[in-house]
Amino acid sequence: MIENKFDAIVVGAGPAGTSAALVMAQSGLNVALVERGDFPGSKNVMGGQIYSKSLNEIVPEFWKEAPLERVVAEKRFWFLSKDSKVSVAHKTPKFAQPPYNSCTVLRAKFDKWFVGKAIEKGAFYIPETLVEDVIRDNKGRIIGVKTGRAEGELYAPVVVAADGVNSLLSKAAGFHPELSPENVALAVKEIIAMPRNRIQDLFDLEGEQGCTIEIAGEITKGMVGVGFIYTNKTTLSVGVGCILSDWVNYKMSPYDLIEEMKNHPVVKPLLEGGQIREYLAHLIPEGGYNAMPLLVSDGFLVAGDAGMMVNGLHQEGSNLAMTSGKMAAETIIEAHKKGDFSARCLSLYKRKLDESYVIKDLKKYRNSYAYLEGNRQLLTTYPEIINNAATEFLTVDGVPKWEKQKKIFRSTLKKRNLWGLIKDAYSAWRAFG
Amino acid sequence: MKLEDKLFLDRYVVDNIPHLKIKDPSVCTMCVKKQCLYTCPAQVYKEEEGKIVVSYEGCVECGTCRIICSENLEWKYPRGGFGISYKFG
Repeated sequence: MIENKFDAIVVGAGPAGTSAALVMAQSGLNVALVERGDFPGSKNVMGGQIYSKSLNEIVPEFWKEAPLERVVAEKRFWFLSKDSKVSVAHKTPKFAQPPYNSCTVLRAKFDKWFVGKAIEKGAFYIPETLVEDVIRDNKGRIIGVKTGRAEGELYAPVVVAADGVNSLLSKAAGFHPELSPENVALAVKEIIAMPRNRIQDLFDLEGEQGCTIEIAGEITKGMVGVGFIYTNKTTLSVGVGCILSDWVNYKMSPYDLIEEMKNHPVVKPLLEGGQIREYLAHLIPEGGYNAMPLLVSDGFLVAGDAGMMVNGLHQEGSNLAMTSGKMAAETIIEAHKKGDFSARCLSLYKRKLDESYVIKDLKKYRNSYAYLEGNRQLLTTYPEIINNAATEFLTVDGVPKWEKQKKIFRSTLKKRNLWGLIKDAYSAWRAFG
Repeated sequence: MKLEDKLFLDRYVVDNIPHLKIKDPSVCTMCVKKQCLYTCPAQVYKEEEGKIVVSYEGCVECGTCRIICSENLEWKYPRGGFGISYKFG
């Protein structure tokens, strides 16, 4: 029988849970890290990028050893109409030098490495084990978890729920409301293999550098969502995600939409000759600040996706997960010094999050999704307007530029009247500014 | 490539105990929307002779059906070590 008493139990070996376990183990706590998958990362999906700042605080100079795919040196944003694109991109040497800004990763490899680091620091990793419920003492305080294994009770004065977007554990613990279809995005993704040289050429990349492309407009058919293409070493991560209630109401199937996106005239040439290696789907908790569950109770903390910590507009999630995991760990280290695991003492976690970019950013964009859902013209009409305008303005056909400008203005007003344009500009500034 | 062929590329450690269960099949017969049929990214739910058939073996464990059909679906994770096992992620 394995030892079943720990200083802390972390449920879920993703970026949040592994960060929490690593930081606690490093400070000498006896911590269990419980994962249901047959290896770390086997259940985990993201776009995906990891962000240097947050990981570097947990594993200094991680880039010297972590299984990274490419260093993201350039970020591209596409606005598509039916057959055209307007793109904006930013490339800077700053992104391409240590400590970097972000890197693309494949989770099956990355998570395995990250959990290995936590084990190196002394965390006790328990694989292939599903946590089914919390265990409470007679005062209702959480004192451990019940797993699916025979005699599988694990005890600790504090439990961290880092079990991802569905977080069945915090629901079992009774203080996580059920997710609503408006507060999650459903994303599908394919891993598409391609020879390294071809990726370098098609995406105009140097050496180990990579790029990310976020795609808005035509491809989501008016649903609130984005498509993406991320470059890995010898694969591409290609996917599309939209708010779940939109998939439902628009009666769209994710497997059809990703095919349509891959066949868009602007996207297709970039995928030519690629071989699909894996098909994935995952939910993303994008409800933001207004939909966050309770994060702290007696002997219980919630971190990462389980706590709705995703900044969808900026494609950030793994960084919020790592930072929240680290802050949960620091809080528990303090709680052990005091021997106090009450909600009052553990609320230090909430204060740390409040003072950090995690809650500040979530608060900043608290109304952005509701705004987009109420202003779908931003995702449909506007990409069309800017593409039409670009085509008109860049066509050399003997028409004087002054007349072209007037023509663009007139055709824009046909799609959206002046009052609408002013209202959109003002409300966008209110929602995102 | 068809969805079935894509799912064939994925690795599963299939559990012999189903982790998805329709609580009351008669509710499905009356269901007008049948959202599960088109939103599930792995097409786990199919309609055959008026009944909803659940092929839990191909489930990628995203949780979509759990959220859109919370009343009539018993949704659990497969047992530890079982279910989808991504090679890339």
